[in-house]
Amino acid sequence: MKTLRAVLVRVFGLFDRDRRDSELQAELESHLQMHVDDYLRSGMSPEQARRQALLKLGGIEKVTEAYREQRGLPFLETLLQDLRFAFRSMRKNVGFTCIALLTLALGIGANTALFSVVNGVLLNPLPYPDSERVMIVFSESKNFERQSVSYPNYLDWERQNKSFTSIAAFRDEDFNLTGQSEAERLHGYMVSSGFFSTLGVAPVIGRTILPDEDQIGGPPVVMIGQGLWQRKFGGSPDVLGKTMILNGVGYAIVGVVPATFRLYSGDNTEIYVPIGQWNDPTFLNRRVGMGMRVLARLKRGVGLEQARADMDGIARSLAAAYPESNAGSGVSVTRLKDDMVRGIGSTLFVLLAAVGFVLLIACTNVANLLLARSTGRTREFAVRSALGASQSRLVRQLLTESALLGLIGGGIGLIIAARGTKPLLAALPHALPRSREIGVDGRVLLFTFGVSIAAGILFGLVPAFKAWRTNLQEALKEGGRGSSGTRHRAQNAFVIVEMAVALVLLVGSGLMIRSLVALLGVNPGFDAHNVLTFNVTMPPAFMSDAQHIRAALRQVHDAVSNTAGVQAASLIAGSLPMNGDSELPFWLQGQPKPATDSEMNWALFYLAEPGYRQAMGTPLLRGRFVTDADSERSSPVVVVDEFLASKFFPNGDAIGKRLNLGILEVQPEIVGIVGHVKHWGLDTDSQSKIQAQLYFPLVQVPDKFLPLLSSGVGVVLRSQNEPMPLLPAIRHSISQINSEHVIYGSQTLEEIVSDSLADRRFAMVLLGVFAGLALLLSSIGIYGVISYVVGQRIQEIGTRMALGAQRRDVLQLILGRGVLLAAVGVVAGAALAFALTRQMRSMIYGVSTADPLTFLAVSALLMLVAIAACYVPARRAMRVDPMMALRYE
Amino acid sequence: MGEKEVRQGTLALMVLKTLESMGTLHGYGIARRIEQISGDLLSVNYGTLYPALLKLEQEGYIASEWGVSENNRRAKYYRLTRAGKKQVEHETRDWQETTAILARFLAREESR
Repeated sequence: MKTLRAVLVRVFGLFDRDRRDSELQAELESHLQMHVDDYLRSGMSPEQARRQALLKLGGIEKVTEAYREQRGLPFLETLLQDLRFAFRSMRKNVGFTCIALLTLALGIGANTALFSVVNGVLLNPLPYPDSERVMIVFSESKNFERQSVSYPNYLDWERQNKSFTSIAAFRDEDFNLTGQSEAERLHGYMVSSGFFSTLGVAPVIGRTILPDEDQIGGPPVVMIGQGLWQRKFGGSPDVLGKTMILNGVGYAIVGVVPATFRLYSGDNTEIYVPIGQWNDPTFLNRRVGMGMRVLARLKRGVGLEQARADMDGIARSLAAAYPESNAGSGVSVTRLKDDMVRGIGSTLFVLLAAVGFVLLIACTNVANLLLARSTGRTREFAVRSALGASQSRLVRQLLTESALLGLIGGGIGLIIAARGTKPLLAALPHALPRSREIGVDGRVLLFTFGVSIAAGILFGLVPAFKAWRTNLQEALKEGGRGSSGTRHRAQNAFVIVEMAVALVLLVGSGLMIRSLVALLGVNPGFDAHNVLTFNVTMPPAFMSDAQHIRAALRQVHDAVSNTAGVQAASLIAGSLPMNGDSELPFWLQGQPKPATDSEMNWALFYLAEPGYRQAMGTPLLRGRFVTDADSERSSPVVVVDEFLASKFFPNGDAIGKRLNLGILEVQPEIVGIVGHVKHWGLDTDSQSKIQAQLYFPLVQVPDKFLPLLSSGVGVVLRSQNEPMPLLPAIRHSISQINSEHVIYGSQTLEEIVSDSLADRRFAMVLLGVFAGLALLLSSIGIYGVISYVVGQRIQEIGTRMALGAQRRDVLQLILGRGVLLAAVGVVAGAALAFALTRQMRSMIYGVSTADPLTFLAVSALLMLVAIAACYVPARRAMRVDPMMALRYE
Repeated sequence: MGEKEVRQGTLALMVLKTLESMGTLHGYGIARRIEQISGDLLSVNYGTLYPALLKLEQEGYIASEWGVSENNRRAKYYRLTRAGKKQVEHETRDWQETTAILARFLAREESR
C-alpha cells in the first residue's frame, strides 16, 4: 500500500517539476537564512556567518539533484531526458544518423523478412481449428515411403480405426467446365464427405458433401471455390442448386468453399466432387493408389504414437486378409504440417543463420561509427562528468542512444520487410510450402523489437565501455583529440570480425553456386532444350469407348505433329521425368509370379509413342525404340532403360526376353534399351528406391485401361527453335478438331528441370544476396577504419615524408595495415566457415563442404575488395603535403 | 571535531521521533534538534535531510505546509500524521529489538 502510494506520488512528481523545484529552492533558502541568523546571534560577522553556513550545508546543486531523484521516478525521468537528448544529437549528425539507420534497417529488415518466412512456414500452426490434430496418412512399403492410398484400403481404415474423429480421402482431378462461355480447365479435388469437417473448414454458403452423395450412384453434386463463385456467378447466393457442366456431366452446386482455404499453397482448387461416386475399376482395385491421399483428425486424448499403433494393427489385419496387395505394406501417420514443410527446415535454418551474420556485420559497422563519434565526444563526456554526471549515467545515456538507433532502424527495417517480403518471394524460385501464409504477425513484431533492442545494445556496448574507462583528467587535457589506444584495438577487432563473417557467407554462397553448377552439368538422360510439354483434354463424347478414344488420341497426335516447326512429338501418359510418376509392378517371364505386390519389382513406366525418343533426346543403346509398326493389333513390346537391363539381365541378354506387367496384364517383349533418365531430379535420383524404367507403347494399352486416359493425355514435342511460340498454332489446330478440346499446363522441359532445382536456387539466390550485403558492409567497415587511421596519422605521415619517405612507403604503410587486418579476418573466417559449412551438407551437391577452390576463390575476392577499399584512403595519405601537415602541428 | 554523518536508515526514525516530541517544526529546526540531542556528535546537512523529508512525506508519515518562523521567516513546517505516529511506535520497537539483539552479540564477543 505504502509503496504504491509512494510510486503514485512519484509518478505525479514527474510533472509539475518547475513548481516543485522553486518550492525546494525557497525552502533551502529559508533553511540557510535561519542558519545564518543563528551564526549572527552567536556574534559572527554577516560574511562569515553566510560562509560558514554554506560550508556546513554542502553544494546546493547536489542537494537539488538528490532531491529530484527522490521526488520523481529517476529511472523514467532520466530515460525521457536521455531520449530527448538522443533525438537532439541524432538530428545534429544527420549524415551519421542516416548511414547508421540505413545499415541497421537493411540488417534488421533482412532478418525480419526471413523470420516472417520461418514464422509463417515452420512456426505458425496450419489455419485450421485445432490444427495440431490434423494428420496425413499414407501407405508405405519397402518400395515406397509416402505412397498414395487405394480406395478399398481407405474404406477399411475408416471403418476400423479407433483413433480419429474423422478421416477423409482426396485426389487431384482436373475438370473441363463447358456450357458457360469458353471451355475452361479447372483444378479440382475428388473428396470424401468428411473432407471439410476433418479440416474444420465451413462453407461460405450452402453445405458440404453428404455421406449419401459419397457413394456409387449418388447424385452428382459439386462444391465450388469462392473465386469461381465470384467469377462465374457474381457471388450471387442463388447459385445453390444451379447446374454446372463438368467433363460433360451436369453437377448441382451445393456449397461454396471459402477463398481462404487452400490445402497446398500452390493449388488453385475450385471444384470439389464426391470421390465415392467414381466407379472406375482401377480406382476400386486394392492394388492401385491412383494418387489418392488421406487426411484424418485425431481424437482428443489420443496421441500420435497411439494412432500409429492403431493403424499398424489395421495394416497387419489387412495384410492377412489381402496378401497380394497388402502384405508388407504399412501405414504412416504424420502431422499434416510436418509433412508439408518436410525438408525445408534445414534450408531455412541455414538462411536464418546467414542473415543473422549480416546483421552482426551491420552492428559492427554501426559500432565502429559510434566509436569514431564517441572519440569526438570525449570532451563532451568529460565536461558532463566534471559537472556531476556519474559514469553509469553516461553509459546509460550512450546505451539509450544506441537502443534508439536500433529501434528506429528496426522500424524502417520492419516496413521494408512487411512491404517487400511477398514481392521478393514471388520473384524468387517457388520453393516454399505455405508461402501464402507468410506475413507480419505478433510474433514477427516481437522478434523485430527484440532484435532491434539487442542490436542497439550490442553495438552500443563498445563505445559505452569506452566511456566507462575514460580518464577524466586526460580527456579534459587532450582537448578533444582523444586517447586512442582502446579505440584502435576495438576497431581492429571489428574489422577482423567483419571480414571473418563476410568470408563465412561468401564461402556458403560459393558452395551453393558450385553445387548448382555441378548439378546443371549433370546429364539428366534427356535433352531439355527446345522441348515443350502440355496436356490436352477432350469432351466425353470423344471418349465413349476404346475405339473412340484411340481415334481421338490419333487426331490430337496428328494435329500436334503437323504443326510447322515441330520436329518430333509424342502423346504421353504415366510418368514424365521430374514432373509426375507412375509405377507398375513386374516380374520376368519364366520366373514364378511373386505372391504379393511388395515382393514385386517396380518400375517407372512411360506410355509413349514412336516420336518420344526423338522428342526427349533419350539415347538408344541397343535394339530399337517403339515404332509405328507397334499397333494395338501387333504383339506387345517394351523398351527398358539400362538400369533395368543390367539389374535383371546381367548377362546382357535383355532383348528378346519378356516382362510380365502386373496391373496391365500384358507380357511384352523387350525390343530395345535406352539410357537411364534422372527421373527423380538431378541430385536425388540415385537415392530413390525405384530406378528401373520402362517404355510401353501408348497404343498397346489394353482396351479396358483406356478409359483412364479419357480425362486427358500429355504431349511432349521437340521443336526447331524456341518451342513456346508454337503453342498458339497448336492450340488452333487442336481446337479445329473440336472447340471443347482444352490445352493446359504447358511448360518447357527446361522449366521443369529448373523447377526441380527450385529450392536450391532459392537458397543460392538468398545466400548470394546476403553474402553480397556482407561484402559491401564489411568493405565499408574496413574503408572507414583505414580512413580514420589516415586521419589520425596525417601529421606522422607528413613528418615521415618531410624526412624523406617516398609515396610508395606511405602507400605500403597504410595498405599494409589494411591487408594485415583483412588477412587475419580471412584466416579466422576460413576456420569458422570450415566448421559451419558442415551444417549445409544437405544443400551441397558434387563438392566438398571444405572445397579448396571455393575457399581460395572467395578469400581472394574478399582480399581484393578489402585492398580496394583501403586503397582510397591510402591514396589520400600518399598525397599528403608534408609542409601542410607540419605547419598544422 | 568528531562529527559523524547520520547513519543510513536511522535519519528517518530520528526525524519522526523529533516531530513526535516537538510537534510541528521546519527543516532547519529538525536538523538542529537532531544535532543537539546527539550532543553535536552528528551533523545533518540538507543533502540528506530534504530527500529524507520528501520520502517520508511521499509515504504519508508526515505532512507539510508553509508558515512563518519565530524570526518572521517563511518556512515549510512538518508535522506527524496519524500513520506517522503508528510508524514511530513500530520503528521504535523494531529498532529496540535490533539493538538489543546486536548488543547481545557484541557482549558475547567481548566475554570470550
